[in-house]
Amino acid sequence: MAQGRRLASAGSDPVRWLLIGVAVLFLTVFLVLPLACVFIEALARGPAVYWRSITDSDALSAMLLTLLTAGVAVPLNLVFGLAVAWCVAKFSFSGKTLLVTLIDLPFSVSPVVAGLAFVLLFGMQGLFGPWLAAHDIRIIFAVPGIFLVTIFVTVPFVARELIPAMQAQGTDEEQAALLLGASGWRTFWRVTLPGVRWALVYGVILCNARAMGEFGAVSVVSGHIRGQTNTLPLAVEILYNEYQFAAAFSVASLLTLLGLAALVARSLAERLQRRQAALATAATLSE
Amino acid sequence: MRAFGKRLGMLVLFVALAGAIPAFAAERHLLNVSYDPTREFYRDFNEAFGRYWQGKTGDTVVINQSHGGSSKQARSVIDGLEADVVTLALAYDIDAIHDNGNLLPAQWQARLPNASSPYTSTIVFLVRKGNPKGIKDWGDLTKRGVEVITPNPKTSGGARWNYLAAWAYVLKRELGDLARLKDPAQARAVEAAQNKAKAFVAELFTHVPILDTGARGSTNTFAQRGLGDVLLAWENEAFLTINELGADKVEIVVPSLSILAEPPVAVVDTFAYKHGSVDLAQGYLEYLYSPEGQRLAAKHYYRPSLPQHAAAEDLARFPKLELPTIREVFGTWRDVQRVHFSDGGVFDQITKAGK
Repeated sequence: MAQGRRLASAGSDPVRWLLIGVAVLFLTVFLVLPLACVFIEALARGPAVYWRSITDSDALSAMLLTLLTAGVAVPLNLVFGLAVAWCVAKFSFSGKTLLVTLIDLPFSVSPVVAGLAFVLLFGMQGLFGPWLAAHDIRIIFAVPGIFLVTIFVTVPFVARELIPAMQAQGTDEEQAALLLGASGWRTFWRVTLPGVRWALVYGVILCNARAMGEFGAVSVVSGHIRGQTNTLPLAVEILYNEYQFAAAFSVASLLTLLGLAALVARSLAERLQRRQAALATAATLSE
Repeated sequence: MRAFGKRLGMLVLFVALAGAIPAFAAERHLLNVSYDPTREFYRDFNEAFGRYWQGKTGDTVVINQSHGGSSKQARSVIDGLEADVVTLALAYDIDAIHDNGNLLPAQWQARLPNASSPYTSTIVFLVRKGNPKGIKDWGDLTKRGVEVITPNPKTSGGARWNYLAAWAYVLKRELGDLARLKDPAQARAVEAAQNKAKAFVAELFTHVPILDTGARGSTNTFAQRGLGDVLLAWENEAFLTINELGADKVEIVVPSLSILAEPPVAVVDTFAYKHGSVDLAQGYLEYLYSPEGQRLAAKHYYRPSLPQHAAAEDLARFPKLELPTIREVFGTWRDVQRVHFSDGGVFDQITKAGK
């Protein structure tokens, strides 16, 4: 620490202050101000209007749909992410590179394109359209379509966090557990999962944030029916276009709060992890 | 971890239940897929219709609304957005729903009075307070330094009316009387006038800095972001902007001539039959022609097709100007679409030449 301080003061004072100033200015202009704007605009017409905007039936159903979407996309991606990360990290097989590339695909494809691709598949003029229409199954412009595209755009988050963690973990401990007679399932719960649990928590938090915030892909497949297929991000756009600025920013502030809550959860998880690591080190040393 | 598994199971169950509940709800549902500037009107109208229908049949009606650029909305219906009724900006978009997917019959426009347009509108100018650029008529829009805001005619119904109104203005200026368009003896004069109109519209679009996809997007560009000197807007949208922003910021300029915009409505047969809601959808559209429907249309700045039902003070707000129809100036919407807005059509030619 002392050495760090000496190193920092080695640079001349004006340069240091300039650098700090630039960083603070940048953060203020690009992060703090826009966030503050959301809350200021939301409360511009008083707390009563704010409360009415976020308890409006359309806003509530948008919130419910957003939470439901995250509730579907996150668990599915959790299971998928665990399975795929385990395969990729612990085994070598042909087509592994292809699999990793495919997991990254939603990162590199524009969400709008993803949405359109699902319309081309499940829309009435699409590949499965006639069959779906004949069996009265609605996917596009209905809730299942929103689930599908959200799952698509959030596929990489859990897997991407887990793969490096599982690779770092190696297979030695698992092999030891198996040799000592543990079942495969037990090895997974007692050895593999505890080792990567923090990576898993990060992945889930990021996946959740994206699932709730996705706009482009959902916008393409939603049909924008109020009270039915509007998620929170779409509701913000609609309210803004209806000149209901205070209401638009109120709903936007809800979304922002959900995002901030995810960040707080993440830093809490980080702190907890550091404390446990410290405890573990202390325990090893005292042995 | 076992507890976690149990909780996950309960979550899945909850999700499944939450998805299933709306399907068993008792009231009747109707989905109205509409274009951008009708939001405020249909919010009022749906409430009035709900009361009327409940009084008549005892059923409660839940009317769901979807709004967006007219052509984009038509495209969504074609792709399977199951609208019981469409209330769009122009007839061609409903023709498209017939052409692609055959979701309603070709003769849909003959099923309701006034070519299925319960209300009409027109295109006016919205300028900054005090009209600093001195805009009075279409000719002023191509003056040096004037920036014009309009949505993209490829995606927006309102923008196509803007374009056609500008075109009709030049034809009238050149020919003096639009009746000469139909006179075979005047073919040479008409052709010269058409060329002038094309040149004028081409020049007009060089004055457009931003093409939004829908009317509401353009209004926000002009009003909220403060871009441009003139907004070409639906009459009702222009009035609404003044109400929202205050008459101290913007004002309406009425040109000497504009176009009679006839936004049509139709039942989407395939979906209405599928939902068993044909009677409801039909009743909904017919109620637009009722005294109450007409009164509400006028209140929301749509020109009622049956003005006798509207309030006198609402009617007094509509300025008098010459309003030729599409049929008088251009023929059918299919012709207009093919000549002007299809790929490689006149609009594509003039915007490419402008670059």
